[in-house]
Amino acid sequence: MSRKKLTRRQFVAATAMSSAALITAPYVRGAYAAGKLSIGFWDHWVPDANKASTDLVNEWAAKEKVEVSIDYITSNNNKIQLTVAAEAQAKSGHDILQMPTWWPHAYSENLEPLNDVMEPLIKQNGDVNGTVKYLGQSGGKWLAIPATPGSQIKGPCSRIDLMKKLAGIDVQEMYPAGAPPKADNWTLDTFLKAAEACQKGGSPFGIGLGETTDSVDTAGAIFQSFGAELVNGKGEVTIKTDAVRQALEYYKKLIAFLPPDAPSWDDASNNKWLISGRGALIMNPPSAWAVARRDAPQVAEQCWTHGFPSGPKGRFAPFLPYFWGLWSFSKNKEAAKSLLTHLSQPASIAKFVAASGGYDLPAYANMTTLKTWQEEGPPKGTLYHYPNPYNHQTLSIAASPAPPKIAQQIYFQATLTKMALRYAQGEKMEATLAWAEGECEGFMRS
Amino acid sequence: MLTLPLIILIALLVLYPAVYSIHLATLNKSMQKFVGFGNFTFLFKRDTFWMVVKQSCIFAVTAVFFKALIGFIVAHFVHNIPGKKQRKWRGMLLVPWVIPPAMSTLAWLWLFDPSYSAFNYTLSFFGIGPVNWLGDTAWARFSVILVNVWYGAPFFLIMYLAALKSVPEQLYEAAAIDGANWWQRIWYVTLPMMRNIIAITTLFSLIVTFANFDIVRILTSGGPLDRTHIFATWAFKVGIEGSDIPLGASVSLFMVPILAIAAIFILRDVNKRGNEA
Repeated sequence: MSRKKLTRRQFVAATAMSSAALITAPYVRGAYAAGKLSIGFWDHWVPDANKASTDLVNEWAAKEKVEVSIDYITSNNNKIQLTVAAEAQAKSGHDILQMPTWWPHAYSENLEPLNDVMEPLIKQNGDVNGTVKYLGQSGGKWLAIPATPGSQIKGPCSRIDLMKKLAGIDVQEMYPAGAPPKADNWTLDTFLKAAEACQKGGSPFGIGLGETTDSVDTAGAIFQSFGAELVNGKGEVTIKTDAVRQALEYYKKLIAFLPPDAPSWDDASNNKWLISGRGALIMNPPSAWAVARRDAPQVAEQCWTHGFPSGPKGRFAPFLPYFWGLWSFSKNKEAAKSLLTHLSQPASIAKFVAASGGYDLPAYANMTTLKTWQEEGPPKGTLYHYPNPYNHQTLSIAASPAPPKIAQQIYFQATLTKMALRYAQGEKMEATLAWAEGECEGFMRS
Repeated sequence: MLTLPLIILIALLVLYPAVYSIHLATLNKSMQKFVGFGNFTFLFKRDTFWMVVKQSCIFAVTAVFFKALIGFIVAHFVHNIPGKKQRKWRGMLLVPWVIPPAMSTLAWLWLFDPSYSAFNYTLSFFGIGPVNWLGDTAWARFSVILVNVWYGAPFFLIMYLAALKSVPEQLYEAAAIDGANWWQRIWYVTLPMMRNIIAITTLFSLIVTFANFDIVRILTSGGPLDRTHIFATWAFKVGIEGSDIPLGASVSLFMVPILAIAAIFILRDVNKRGNEA
């Protein structure tokens, strides 16, 4: 048997050609030739919304010949956060795991950089808002990809009839469906007057003062509207400032018009407040409206989701994105990146938004005017302004711009609502500020 | 050789988690550096931590005291019910203890609900309230202790009932001949005969109550203004929600010396009496 001799030149040429072919070839071939991929998605509260995710993944898996398994993990009782923590500890688990707001930064050391996925997506879908960059990026490195499912804005959801009758405000005129907002007069002062009028009229605004996220998010947006930062972007404590004092004074006035039990509210309390018909306004994504549509249609048809009131330093609305992270210990990173790209295509995003009835928000600039938000109702157009289609407000998260690992402590310790409550309950301003300063200094540990 | 399965079980279920949590408590926030007692010295400087220590002690001591008191009184009532009827009462009174606390506490949450409290609805017929059960500091503390007492009192009841049944009837007869009244019979006969079981039950309950998580987590999540946080809920807040697992582990471990001191005193007393006997 003769064997043809391979020259050194032929060997180098063959190797170069094979490498080029491997790099440029489309990913995969053959049944399950591209291996396995395990995914942990957030378990959506909207019935059938998980199906959209499953369908999209299966569609990709069939094309790319990857064997996939999906677990839907609830966020109830922090189960999803516990899963993230456990997998990061064990350095084992899913390849892709969906994680809420602060978690990409919290476990940044264990996440695969995703610039090669994110940069083309931004070119294709438009830029992402500042909060997504703040939470999803570290030192120019994309830690995770913004996920459409679960991402939300917690702006005002008002009762059209009650706001008109008690506060003389026509929210539909202020935020007309299909047209830009005419909300120049929708300021924190107007908001305060409306809160007072609705409280006197027996339908107070339902804003919580507890330690769960809805309460903290509203406080965050109001503090930011005054330019009040507890810790600045450099990590310096900046509590004893006029801006923080002004925010606290404002909150004290507002608290007088909120339900007396607001300090014990959790994230379900404001939903119940709206659905039961007791309140004129809550700060929430359209989940409360969606439940009202099923359980209290007469309430739902009077709901209108719109923008936040503006303060001296601008108009801020709480934005809470979810992310898809890829663990650095994943065994099938290329397949995972390919799937993340597929899930972030405009068609996939539109499918997510439609399946969630408009609740889920994409982070990309070109994706805020989808048909779903124009058509959902009743009343028709109630969600038109939910995705911030005119960039009318700055999407932000409470405790920013503090470095995310510090901001996460401020956020989950609910320092902002605690400050507001302490001051409103009669503590001296300087004592409240000193307490918050002590807390924030404790959050600096690394 | 025969003890090997037991040793393996203890190593897996007790030693490994204990050593691992001690290991976690000695790491920095990002879990990449050994900091020795650094987390504890950090905690000792935090006002909130000392507030949690104080609250945990108030919560555990008050709840255990009332559980023991109610258990003791009800055990006497049940003890005096004759034969078959006693079994029915015993079964009914054990119900709070056998329902998983996460479920029963949810029912309490609805009763205390900030806006739709069934208690407030009932009280309104008497012109009382509305009481801010979970939004006012004092009422919130009262509510979490109340639910813990409701849940834990049956454990004391059943233990005390067993102890009561083991007190020889002759002692009461002798006391009656000596002219002892009801109170003297309790003080000089029942209580001394039950001392060991009271001590052991108190210790067990103290450990479980100190480590309680579900009741506070479901009812108040530690609020308002952190005034109902206890070790476990604050450890969860810091460790899981704040992604600072080493600090959360340190908070949890801080319970150990407190409980160890209580255990030493209580068990020493029990041993002493055992030796005297």
